[in-house]
Amino acid sequence: MTDVPTPPSSYHVPGLVPSGPKLVTGRFDQADGHTYEGYVRTGGYTALRRALTEMTPEQVHEEVKTSEMQGRGGAGFPAGVKWGFLPPDVFPRYIVVNGDESEPGTYKDRMLMELDPHQLIEGTVISAYAVGAAQAFLYVRGEMALAQERIAQALNDAYANNMVGRNILGTDFSVDVTLSWGAGAYIVGEETALIESLEGERGMPRLKPPFFPAAKGLYLQPTIVNNVETLSNVPWIINEGGQQFHDIGAPSSTGMRMFAVSGHVNSPGVFEVPNGVTTFRMLFEAPEYCGGVRDGRSVKAFIPGGASAMWFFSEHLDMALDKPTVDQAGSMLGSGAIVVMDDTTDMVAACWRIVRFFARESCGKCTPCREGTTWLERILKRMLDGHGRPDDLATLMEVCESISPGIAWPPRQTTICPLGPSAVSPIASAVERFRHEFEHYVEHGRPIDGVHRHAIHGTGAHV
Amino acid sequence: MSRLNDANLAIAREIVGRYPRPKSALIPLLHLAQEQDGYVTTDAMTHIGELLGITSADVYGTASFYEMFKFHPVGRYCINVCSNISCQLVGGWELLEHAEHRLGIKAGSTTEDGMFTLEDVECIAACTEAPALQVNYRYRYTVTNDDFDQLVDDLSAGRLTDEIPPHGTLARVRQRTPQNWADTGRAAQAEVDAR
Ligand SMILES: Cc1cc2nc3c(=O)[nH]c(=O)nc-3n(C[C@H](O)[C@H](O)[C@H](O)COP(=O)(O)O)c2cc1C
Ligand code: SF4
Ligand code: FES
Repeated sequence: MTDVPTPPSSYHVPGLVPSGPKLVTGRFDQADGHTYEGYVRTGGYTALRRALTEMTPEQVHEEVKTSEMQGRGGAGFPAGVKWGFLPPDVFPRYIVVNGDESEPGTYKDRMLMELDPHQLIEGTVISAYAVGAAQAFLYVRGEMALAQERIAQALNDAYANNMVGRNILGTDFSVDVTLSWGAGAYIVGEETALIESLEGERGMPRLKPPFFPAAKGLYLQPTIVNNVETLSNVPWIINEGGQQFHDIGAPSSTGMRMFAVSGHVNSPGVFEVPNGVTTFRMLFEAPEYCGGVRDGRSVKAFIPGGASAMWFFSEHLDMALDKPTVDQAGSMLGSGAIVVMDDTTDMVAACWRIVRFFARESCGKCTPCREGTTWLERILKRMLDGHGRPDDLATLMEVCESISPGIAWPPRQTTICPLGPSAVSPIASAVERFRHEFEHYVEHGRPIDGVHRHAIHGTGAHV
Repeated sequence: MSRLNDANLAIAREIVGRYPRPKSALIPLLHLAQEQDGYVTTDAMTHIGELLGITSADVYGTASFYEMFKFHPVGRYCINVCSNISCQLVGGWELLEHAEHRLGIKAGSTTEDGMFTLEDVECIAACTEAPALQVNYRYRYTVTNDDFDQLVDDLSAGRLTDEIPPHGTLARVRQRTPQNWADTGRAAQAEVDAR
């Protein structure tokens, strides 16, 4: 391991990094874990059989409620509670699996779809049974060719083996799972935009209320939208019990959870760790995980939960990856995307790159987001190019204010969806902490000494 | 400029049959058209509109929202280099710069021989394997300049045709509609829609 700063008392001793069972990543090291044979050989589809033959839908729902599993797509809303929002007696209802994974820094759902597609299908069918869905849609991000291929094959095999379709496993429960896929648009990950896309429309979010999917979703029917990782946990919960799941991790953040740690660490990776108790420092420094910051450098800042999140700094390293704790500290665990920036990072460039993403991906429905994100991007790019103006920093903050009044966390929303305010997070974080880096750019047309200057020259435009 | 051929028409009908409402098949059908011709032609959009009972303007209205759909020919191989935050931190831009030099084009354009299109794209969910790129949506991880050159050489020499189909083809396995398709969603939705 490379040099790390003197560890505080809570620093882990190697070997004491909390560990736990592999709930969703258990088949990742099996060469044939994605095939029907490999899945069944390793205990696959036993949960489905149990659910359909030994449990009522209410009992399945009850187990998921007991688990208190939080959604893994970003908002962290408990899945069992969400399922309970479906209005009784309104049919048909649908389940939509959100496999659009595109929040910068996020990499886990694609793994689950490529390496264990049957687990996701099993979780989806069990959930469809629990909520009484007439059909399920598995919406995979357009750019993920292998995931689409693996899921298509898995569905064909699952149908052939009576795990999906008419009279599943000889019971009177029937449900279809339709593989659908996107075509390149981050905003389609937002659940109401995803529904629009599934209806064959432009992927623009709907206003909530009234369009909460559980009440008025796909074809305005009650719809449950859940993330890939969320539903991939369901077979384990049914096999082992909701209470067993709850016993893992912290009571406020139950189960195991996948985190992708990228950026300036020695061995970036995707790890399934006990939720709520593992700390950022353990993830970054433990040899089992990332093995330290590269070149023995120190952490300048890190993003705890995807590009939309507020940034954290060295004082947050010993915080546990626990939803309420991170929320209270003014950010979020979001989609489990952690990005580490060491002390050579140009904060203006980092900030600009994230803002460019939101500017490019804004769907254009709300003016503050459409216009505001573009302005923000231009101002930051101007600074990077050495043409920053004395009042640019003030303008930057004014525009932020217009997209996200008060620049609060969680943001006060003046837009239809949270994408607009998300563009403010990196700016609010970086300007508050590294104001001098922005001022230095404006004054000298270049970054402060000691940071890496990128060869930025892309167009940001599509063919 | 072509409509869907007979084989693809049969596939298209099968896809439409898996949704409660036909228009839901629009994006998958646009992908099918792009797979057939390498990009989405005007005739294909008209044809898709006929199949779904919507106007071709409606088809284009949706299609133009999504950046994967191309409305003019692009390279046989679209190389998408990620420059988003995790990749930027470990050399995404430097890789893109090298790619531009190697191919002799700017990001956002196509080589004269029609072999390569280069794009500067957003996060492709491979952040722990940065810098990452996709060729026709197939991944390459922790790409060095040498890796990139090798990739271009291999693609040019036709050494990767088994692994990487021409632009437009995504999954090479399709979901099929089997005998035991339950059709409960479509039946139930039809009942509601009839009211
Ligand atoms: C701009 C935006 C993008 C989103 N992208 C995704 C995504 O790619 N995948 C995902 O599962 N959820 C995404 N979400 C969250 C979804 O709206 C939704 O909350 C989630 O899919 C619900 O699943 P869960 O309860 O299982 O987490 C996004 C939200 C917003 C506002
Ligand atoms: S906030 Fe931005 S992305 Fe969200 S609906 Fe408004 S314009 Fe679209
Ligand atoms: S930032 Fe490049 S793959 Fe995610």
